[in-house]
Amino acid sequence: MTVENIPELTPVSLQDEIETPVLSLTQLAWRRFRRHRMAVAGAVALVLLVLYCTAGSLFFTEDYANFNDLSIKLQAPSQEHPFGTDTIGRDILARTIYGGQISLLIGLTAMLVEIIVGVLIGAFTGYFGGWLDAVLMRMTEAVLIVPQIFLLLVMAKFFGGSIPDIHLFGRDFSGSVIVIILIIGLTAWPYTARIVRSQFLSIKENEFILAARANGASTWSIIFGHILPNSIAPIVVAATLGIANAITLEAYISFLGLGVRPPTATWGNMLEGAYNYIDQGIYWLWLFPGLLILLIVLAINFVGDGLRDALDPRSRAA
Amino acid sequence: MGRILEVKDLVTRFHTAEGTVYAVNGVSFHLDEGEPLAVVGESGCGKSVTMMSVLRLLPEPPAQIASGTAFFKGRDLLKMSEEVIEHDVRGREIAMVFQDPMTSLNPVLTIGYQIEESLKAHLDLEDEPARERAADLLAQVGIPESPKRLAAYPHQFSGGMRQRAMIAMALACEPSLLIADEPTTALDVTIQAQIVELMLELRQRRKLSLIWITHDLGVVAGLAERVLVMYAGYIVEEATVDDLYDRPQHPYTLALLAALPRVDRRRNQRLKSIPGAPPNLLVQPHGCPFAPRCEFAISRCRTENPGLTDVGPNHRIACWIDVRTRKQR
Amino acid sequence: MTRYIVRRLLQAVPLLFFISLLLFVMMQNMGDPLATMGGRTMTRSQDRARLTRQLGLDKPVIVQYFFWLIGNDWTKIDLDGDGIAESPGIRKGVLRGDFGYSLVNRKPAMEVILERLPNTLLLMVSAEVVVILGSLLLGIYAALRQYSLADNVVTTLSFIGYSMPIFFVALGLMYIFAVNFKAWGLPYLPTVGMFDPRVGKSVWQVAWHMILPIFTIAITSFAANSRYVRSTMLEAMGQDYIRTARSKGIPRRSIVFIHALKNASLPIITVVGLDLPFLLGGAVVTERIFAWPGMGRLFLDHVSRADTPVVMGILMLIAVAVIFFQIITDVLYAWLDPRIRYH
Repeated sequence: MTVENIPELTPVSLQDEIETPVLSLTQLAWRRFRRHRMAVAGAVALVLLVLYCTAGSLFFTEDYANFNDLSIKLQAPSQEHPFGTDTIGRDILARTIYGGQISLLIGLTAMLVEIIVGVLIGAFTGYFGGWLDAVLMRMTEAVLIVPQIFLLLVMAKFFGGSIPDIHLFGRDFSGSVIVIILIIGLTAWPYTARIVRSQFLSIKENEFILAARANGASTWSIIFGHILPNSIAPIVVAATLGIANAITLEAYISFLGLGVRPPTATWGNMLEGAYNYIDQGIYWLWLFPGLLILLIVLAINFVGDGLRDALDPRSRAA
Repeated sequence: MGRILEVKDLVTRFHTAEGTVYAVNGVSFHLDEGEPLAVVGESGCGKSVTMMSVLRLLPEPPAQIASGTAFFKGRDLLKMSEEVIEHDVRGREIAMVFQDPMTSLNPVLTIGYQIEESLKAHLDLEDEPARERAADLLAQVGIPESPKRLAAYPHQFSGGMRQRAMIAMALACEPSLLIADEPTTALDVTIQAQIVELMLELRQRRKLSLIWITHDLGVVAGLAERVLVMYAGYIVEEATVDDLYDRPQHPYTLALLAALPRVDRRRNQRLKSIPGAPPNLLVQPHGCPFAPRCEFAISRCRTENPGLTDVGPNHRIACWIDVRTRKQR
Repeated sequence: MTRYIVRRLLQAVPLLFFISLLLFVMMQNMGDPLATMGGRTMTRSQDRARLTRQLGLDKPVIVQYFFWLIGNDWTKIDLDGDGIAESPGIRKGVLRGDFGYSLVNRKPAMEVILERLPNTLLLMVSAEVVVILGSLLLGIYAALRQYSLADNVVTTLSFIGYSMPIFFVALGLMYIFAVNFKAWGLPYLPTVGMFDPRVGKSVWQVAWHMILPIFTIAITSFAANSRYVRSTMLEAMGQDYIRTARSKGIPRRSIVFIHALKNASLPIITVVGLDLPFLLGGAVVTERIFAWPGMGRLFLDHVSRADTPVVMGILMLIAVAVIFFQIITDVLYAWLDPRIRYH
């Protein structure tokens, strides 16, 4: 078999190259997020709910929310009290607005505590390993084994009432709010720590880390400047879902009576004891705060799901 | 020797979020009983999609077989109902072997099970006879101690053995046609040679018709009698193996052969690559698909798609130009 | 395989000790056990002092933990406050099953717990069965009809299902199936306790009373797991070996339930096994709402009354159960996946 019949081919210039536009990672992620209808709907709902809680306080004062008049207790929803009144005659609508502020505040701040502690512990154990890793991983496992709610109930009893009431942003907060924030954050950090640690374990083997070290980068800058930015995606997702988790947990322990103390309202403690009245068909005590919790958790879950897909580094499609 | 498969004007498209992918654009070919046919082309040229379309293995949506016919032993495969093609054709008359034996075998089922299920589904065999036959099949493809091997799981086999097991699975119900989609691409060169040997042997013994999809021109030389060259969902050249290597007529085939690294090349000669980029399949084809990269192209090539025309006995190409004279035919 | 099991069990032991230490330290300041135990009758300071010595509360925390673990019946304690240990201790220690005496009930803590444990187990096991069956059915159904209307509806409902706080589910179910059914004259479901005291504790009574609590606990897990089943089934169905099976003309039912499901079931087992902590947490709220006499409600009651022995007992029991289940899940996974079993 000879190939002498093949004429000599001359090179042709490279036209007709199809160029794909160069997008930054954030733009790419945003594009993918936008395609998730549910996630976008969730984000919109989230904004609306936050507006409800913040702008709503322009319409009702906190005193109004705490104002109780036993003569109008347990009234069904009406024009004057669109969500009805509670067991001591307080307007439920106003209470959901102020309760929402607390619930959101707890959700966000507890998440911050969880993320900060979790990232720090996960980063150090993942990067350094050694005995520090062994000890902290035992602790992580230990906390993870006992269901969070049991730990919370014990700690709520332990710490309850140890922090005095505070006054912030023109509102009075029962000190139990701080307590709740701390204990939720301090029992939820293992989830984040595990994620961050596994990210660090895999990323630190990459060659660009070796290159950075060869260039004389300090440990601090490697951890926070190189590895951490590369693990941002699962952290963001965990943080988002952590907010929902914190709001739900606060609702649980307030519902069980060990959470935020009255008169400070939260969506959770508004439900406390609501089941005692259910036989009388009094649905408005639990329906509205419960619905609000459901809506915000649902919205956060949608957004979290969308973020998870949008930030997945393996998918390069836009 | 009769004609066993006749495909005419097959058009397959994929409807995706990014648009429509024109994967196969009017492919026609035939296969005779006992004949080994090779289909070559670069990744994305539509060779796998063509064969998967014939067996109706593509998920429809997003795939769509827009038009065409595929007559196998007198019946149009493209018009058959799913139940009929599943029961009568797949695995029974036409079988397929795929590229990566590690992922193409189910990791949680034994090799024996995966062979026997075919036998039970198509030939209604009972447990005992099925097991015996499975052991026999493994022996035929060159796997030693076959009865014990039936209880093994895919991960316990080596790469070559897995591919042999796949072949055994495919041939279990004695199909008339075997389609092999790049079966040796994922294997070592030495194992590759063994598998090709095995195929030749099986083909002889069973009078099997064979379609071998590959992008490796070396394998083609050892195995096929006829070759189809595909590009961008079209067949651009169809020839006997000898004609293909001695008298290639299509610019793409020429470029492919020229790009082969050769031992007898001068030391400082550069490797010839094909300039330009593979075609964007999201764009509806217009004119000859190779025109943008073809050094022989004239204006007619960009506007009119040349169909397949005869340039010799059993030799057809889809081109407006005669490459020896560089003038239009 | 056996070595793996033994290794896991051995690893679990120090973990349990660690957990117990952490919990014990945490529980020290949970309230005043003396006040709980003594109630209003404890006014004389001598009585308080004696009780303090009896409970061993005058010793440092580490010693208290030590005695808690292995008891003090092998040593003498000083009951009359004269600085000389003369009376033998009466505690056998946790390692021999003695969790101390409940400060509320004056009975051995273990006895109190074990009274309630079966009731919770009943709920847990039934709920888990409902979750497994339901999520398998729904998940497979949705996976087979990907992108169809049915699939979208199922997905949305799943999202809503696992976003719902448990008490919302409970209250909602109560409102519909108990209150409104009653008002509409339909047979309605009970919402309080395990059985109607007027009728007595029969199997039918308990089963009838179990319905609402089981669904309350199960819904959240069921919603989350069916999404997970759906996604693992989809992943399995997209694998190359499914393409091979189809090319062999294997009937669709075999492809879905044998080829795909066998692969998908591995991660599903992991998820189901790790569900236990969530179900237990859910039990606390559920038992409270439905007045179910289980361990969750016991925990709640005794935490608010600072009854350390019972609380510690329950927590340790939970820790043991969770670890045990983790080990079982891992072993089961290793045994079912031929790639690990026949390495």
